[in-house]
Amino acid sequence: MDLSWIENALGWIPCLPLLGFSVNILLGKRLGPRFVQGLAVGAIAGSFLLSLVAFFHLRAQAVEARILTQTLWDWVRVGGGGIPGVDAKVAFTLDPLSSVMLLVVTGVGLLIHIYSIGYMKGDGGIWRFFAYLNLFSFSMLVLVLAENLLLMFVGWEGVGLCSYLLIGFWFRHLPNTSAGNKAFIVNRIGDFGFLIGMLLLFWGLAGEGRGTLSFAGIREAVGLLQGKHLLGLPLLDWIGICLFIGATGKSAQIPLYVWLPDAMAGPTPVSALIHAATMVTAGVYMMARLSALYVLAPTALLVVATVGGLTAIFSATIGLAQTDIKKVLAYSTVSQLGYMVLAIGAAAFSAGIFHLVTHAFFKACLFLGSGSVILAMHHEQDIRKMGGLRKAMPVTFWTFLVSTVAIAGIPPFAGFFSKDEILWQTWAAGGWYRFLWLLGFLGAMLTAFYMFRLVALTFLGESRADHHTREHLREQPRVVTWPLVVLALLATVGGFVGVPHALGGANRFHGWLKPVVAERPAGALHHGAAPFLASPARADTPAPGQAPEETNGDGHRQPGDEESLQAVHEAAAAAAAGEHAETPHAQVPAAAGETHGGSHGVDPMEYLLMALSVLGAAASGLTALTIYTRRPELPSQLAARFAGFHRLLVNKYFVDELYWATVVAGVLGLMRACARFDRVVIDGLVNGSAWLTRGVSTLSGWIDRSFVDGLVNGAAAACKDAGAGLRRLQTGRIQSYAYALITGVLLLVIVGILIGIPS
Amino acid sequence: MIGLPHFLVVAGLLFAAGVYTVLSRRNAIGILMGVELILNAAGLNFVAFNHYTTTGIQGGLFTVFIIVLAAAEAAVALAIVLAIYQNLRDIDAHRLDSLQR
Repeated sequence: MDLSWIENALGWIPCLPLLGFSVNILLGKRLGPRFVQGLAVGAIAGSFLLSLVAFFHLRAQAVEARILTQTLWDWVRVGGGGIPGVDAKVAFTLDPLSSVMLLVVTGVGLLIHIYSIGYMKGDGGIWRFFAYLNLFSFSMLVLVLAENLLLMFVGWEGVGLCSYLLIGFWFRHLPNTSAGNKAFIVNRIGDFGFLIGMLLLFWGLAGEGRGTLSFAGIREAVGLLQGKHLLGLPLLDWIGICLFIGATGKSAQIPLYVWLPDAMAGPTPVSALIHAATMVTAGVYMMARLSALYVLAPTALLVVATVGGLTAIFSATIGLAQTDIKKVLAYSTVSQLGYMVLAIGAAAFSAGIFHLVTHAFFKACLFLGSGSVILAMHHEQDIRKMGGLRKAMPVTFWTFLVSTVAIAGIPPFAGFFSKDEILWQTWAAGGWYRFLWLLGFLGAMLTAFYMFRLVALTFLGESRADHHTREHLREQPRVVTWPLVVLALLATVGGFVGVPHALGGANRFHGWLKPVVAERPAGALHHGAAPFLASPARADTPAPGQAPEETNGDGHRQPGDEESLQAVHEAAAAAAAGEHAETPHAQVPAAAGETHGGSHGVDPMEYLLMALSVLGAAASGLTALTIYTRRPELPSQLAARFAGFHRLLVNKYFVDELYWATVVAGVLGLMRACARFDRVVIDGLVNGSAWLTRGVSTLSGWIDRSFVDGLVNGAAAACKDAGAGLRRLQTGRIQSYAYALITGVLLLVIVGILIGIPS
Repeated sequence: MIGLPHFLVVAGLLFAAGVYTVLSRRNAIGILMGVELILNAAGLNFVAFNHYTTTGIQGGLFTVFIIVLAAAEAAVALAIVLAIYQNLRDIDAHRLDSLQR
């Protein structure tokens, strides 16, 4: 079947939800909920079908031809003719990476749209809800399909906006609106980093005469930036760190994770779609897209990995003490995002994306399951008031359990493969990364513990709900449970696309992404082992002159274990030598894509670590189950014993309070200082000058009134008086004139009589 | 024996009465009567001078002129006064000052 028409129809994938949004937001209120739901679900279903077509079409292409671009129009075109400029198009790229994301976004998105029909039933703003969901899908698909960094930023901002709109969806409730505001503001801080990173990258590339922001262009030209420095740190590391700050905002990493738990105020389908499966992974996706840049920035990678590892364990510990069913899942999401970021930091980009995909399945399932529980419990979210839901809600229970096993990392469920891949890659990166592996390993055990605690408290044991709620407990309608089943199935089998070589698989997921995702250059990360002892020569050492694609040899699973921290430099030399030796023949299997495997020996260490993490997860999961079903008094005893630590966990390490005390208080203080400055100095100046002006004008007014007006009015008064005097002569009365006439005549007569009339 | 001075005194009194009437009356008709008195005083003077002196001036003729003039003046002035009254509903000379404006 010829599917090549999809190459010119890529634009429809994001535009179908956009159409759904436009119609629903304008007319939805009048069209009624049935139409609104049908349109929204239909739009995303159409996108999903197109994505499937796109995926199969892409798979039918030769490996090196698996990059298809549809250009819609020129967007920003500056420069040219020898002057470095930017040429950003509105163009969509379909390649293995974006095709995976497309399937996740539209597939999980479709299931959640369907689920929302049941979850949002009877809500007055249902048209608004589905319109926003569609708008979100549009933005996310633009982000995924964007051909350049600038267009990706459009989608990046779009998903942030939709997240804000949907967190505050029930806007009559103040905490919801402030949670939306918090998400928006924290993300703004991250976006600022993203922008700076993008500008730095553009600035650097333009300096090389390669002004471009398209991913293909960046990939091709980023090697030119090696050796450039800015304020003593390689430019590439600056760019990587700035872009990573953007990712910490969107993907909820330390220190910008605080918005995600609050975002649980939004409707549960939103938590599942946006705050577990798609938007929050945007940072991971963006960094994987820019893998060619990151492999050249070892310090940035180290920062990324450290933040990811710390986030993974930090939020996992908070998850231990949460009592709100959605908050547990929220901190779990932060923790799992930490794993993905850790994978990026270990330059194991495809492992990060793999975990992104499996996490989308099981975390969406968990969230939707919690939504089902919340509906059944009449919007009760406190797990201390649940228990024993298993019998009343079998479908929800079993799907929730499957996803919990998956997230705990127990084979053969999806989470096992992806998480183990990350842990192994982190270990294999060596040096400081071994410590991060330890964090990740402990985090995995904690994850198993708090997730099984959640299952035990919610579904097992005796019900602690009040009588009324218990009477009305029942399974949700099929429109709610059906997506749960599909997601649980995906969480069960989803991992098999990435069975590692160590378990006899071919890791097809890795092979699929290989053409577009750069590989860690052998040994390069060891340089990052002691980044803070930075030697100036370090930036120049990794694979000089080599574009990252060329180092794509089958170099994952580096033989790096015999190297130790103490022998960093020797190790680097050895690894570099190994890389050069390996590169020539590595390119042949790379071209074949999926055929490599068994010929390279598998490190026995990998089996050891795998067994360790599976046993650890199983043990801590069983412990949680036992404690919370058999000995429910034990946790409170432990809490009493370690009261201080427990208080710390319950209050989430007081991070929010710390933010209040430092950032918020600082901003408020600054604002007050500004206000005081405004009141005292600015207002003082203004009022002072006003006072002065008023004084001067009073004086001049007085002069005006008494002297100038005096003269003018005096002249006027004189004229008036003269006029009044003269007017009396001109009365208009004949008698007056006659009187004057007679008087004159009489006078003449009298004068004539007195002096004699001259003859 | 009644001579010229008696006539002149009567004419003078008549004239003064006419002037006083013209100056003091507020009624326009009254003013016209005053004017008649003045004209009659003048006519009386002419008749008296014609009778008692031989200057060759035919005073009787002037008197006839004056009587004709007075009749014409009375006709015109009365018409004016009537017109004023029709327009202003008033013939009070003190208020008839629209010439001033």
